[in-house]
Amino acid sequence: MNALSIRNLHKRYNNGFEALKGIDLDVKEGDFFALLGPNGAGKSTAIGIIASLVNKSSGQVAVFGHDTDRQPEAAKQFIGLVPQEFNFNQWEPVVEILINQAGYYGIPRGEAYLRAEKSLKRLDLWDRRSEQARALSGGMKRRLMIARALVHRPRLLILDEPTAGVDIEIRRSMWAFLREINAQGTTIILTTHYLEEAESLCRNIAIINHGRIVEQSSLSGLLSRLHTETFVLNLREALPRLPELDGYVLERVDETTLEVELSCEQTVNGLFETLSRKGIEVVSMRNKQNRLEQMFINMVDRDRSRSVEGKA
Amino acid sequence: MTHWSGYAIAYRTIVIKEVLRFSRIWIQTILPPAITTSLYFVIFGTLIGDRIGEMDGFRYIDFIVPGLILMSVIQNSYANVVSSFYSAKFQHYVDEMLVAPVPNWVVLAGYVSGGVARGVAVGSVVTLVSLFFTDLEIHSYAITLLVFVLTSILFALAGFINAVYANTFDDIAIVPTFVLTPLTYLGGVFYSIQLLPQFWQDVSMANPVLYMVNAFRFGLIGVSDIDLGIAIAIILSFILALSAYSLNLLHRGVGIKK
Repeated sequence: MNALSIRNLHKRYNNGFEALKGIDLDVKEGDFFALLGPNGAGKSTAIGIIASLVNKSSGQVAVFGHDTDRQPEAAKQFIGLVPQEFNFNQWEPVVEILINQAGYYGIPRGEAYLRAEKSLKRLDLWDRRSEQARALSGGMKRRLMIARALVHRPRLLILDEPTAGVDIEIRRSMWAFLREINAQGTTIILTTHYLEEAESLCRNIAIINHGRIVEQSSLSGLLSRLHTETFVLNLREALPRLPELDGYVLERVDETTLEVELSCEQTVNGLFETLSRKGIEVVSMRNKQNRLEQMFINMVDRDRSRSVEGKA
Repeated sequence: MTHWSGYAIAYRTIVIKEVLRFSRIWIQTILPPAITTSLYFVIFGTLIGDRIGEMDGFRYIDFIVPGLILMSVIQNSYANVVSSFYSAKFQHYVDEMLVAPVPNWVVLAGYVSGGVARGVAVGSVVTLVSLFFTDLEIHSYAITLLVFVLTSILFALAGFINAVYANTFDDIAIVPTFVLTPLTYLGGVFYSIQLLPQFWQDVSMANPVLYMVNAFRFGLIGVSDIDLGIAIAIILSFILALSAYSLNLLHRGVGIKK
């Protein structure tokens, strides 16, 4: 079953700007799905429409089979939203924010308090439960929004750049938490500008640009289409000059660092054999660029070129 | 859980949130009207009132008590909803309700009830203050309570509409300053319209606040410039019209959805 189905979704704002130009999107139940795109591509507009915060111009949105126009309340029951901007009452105590949110979903106060306790403990916010939300740090506010979105136990969690501005330690712990709830059956849709985050967490992906979906596939399928990959090799001994390796594109960064570009027909094993034959010993290696990032840039560039050609 | 029990919980959540909001800041919400009204009682009731003499057969201070109580109800019911809903818009936490399966009428009823709660709280405090200056002998408890609550509902609805359209904090101050206060002061709070020339009596009849003040005065002391039935009918008509308009605004997402 699809957790989310979008058909021919259009959004034109009052100023004439067309943010969505007829997108189609399916997200399967249980998926961890990334919706990626550059700034202004239409990601947040699409999420706003799904969550009933933005009026669509036309098209259909269904959440677990419930049309958001015909059965809005049923559809909303399934959705938990973590928006990009902090959107809670900064003056309210942390625990009250969760209890109120639960109340809007028809959960009685007693039960809401227990759920709030569980969520806040899991996200390390329980000790701050009585403080006004404005007293929390940026990372804590992000976690508060996740706790709030989960208080009614939604089956579809939508996260719009949930880790923006949080430090790496908190980001990693949030990733672990999201993996955990996804493993428990919650479908997750994630937008992020940290592409290593999407690569690390998500199984399927859609790339949106200029209000259109330019790619939708599995992450592994998408990455397999990456034609070249650049690796950075750290060498044990200094190289006085750039070695000649047949079939490989090399660049010497410094005496002990080489960059090697591998095409999709070449293998890392083959590279190492060639290097060994030349007596070059590699201490460590890493991707020069995140693979998804490379793919993303390629696609957005290609889409930009197409639109420029179209205009010409 | 049925839809209705869910709606009841959502409604109660909004009301509790609203009551806690104005209770937490009681120094800004409850105390100022009590002090202002005390000053009205001292200046217009005791100091000047004794020189005015009687109005409609009552001591001047007894005559103005109903109007002053209702004025505080009007201003505070309005102020509560306009400031609370606009803050929710401004800080975007209105989204918490928009993403949840809360019908528009529950949102409206919750905010209006919050406004009524503040109106009742402030009205009660002002009534207690008035007991230091006058002996209130209530003519009709039923009419007094009915007009008290209906007026509070009407102005809470008006405050809601103002909040929906407001784009800045200035916008939520303009209507109370330039519309609400003149209508209230010219709505017979401090005088009987019988004192006015016929032309201004006719003009005053177009002021809806006049009907509320007089209906409330009838409930408290048993005199009114206006027929009670007409006054109640006008208040109810306004409530129906403003409710329908507010629901329409929510349905279209005016001011709250992109």
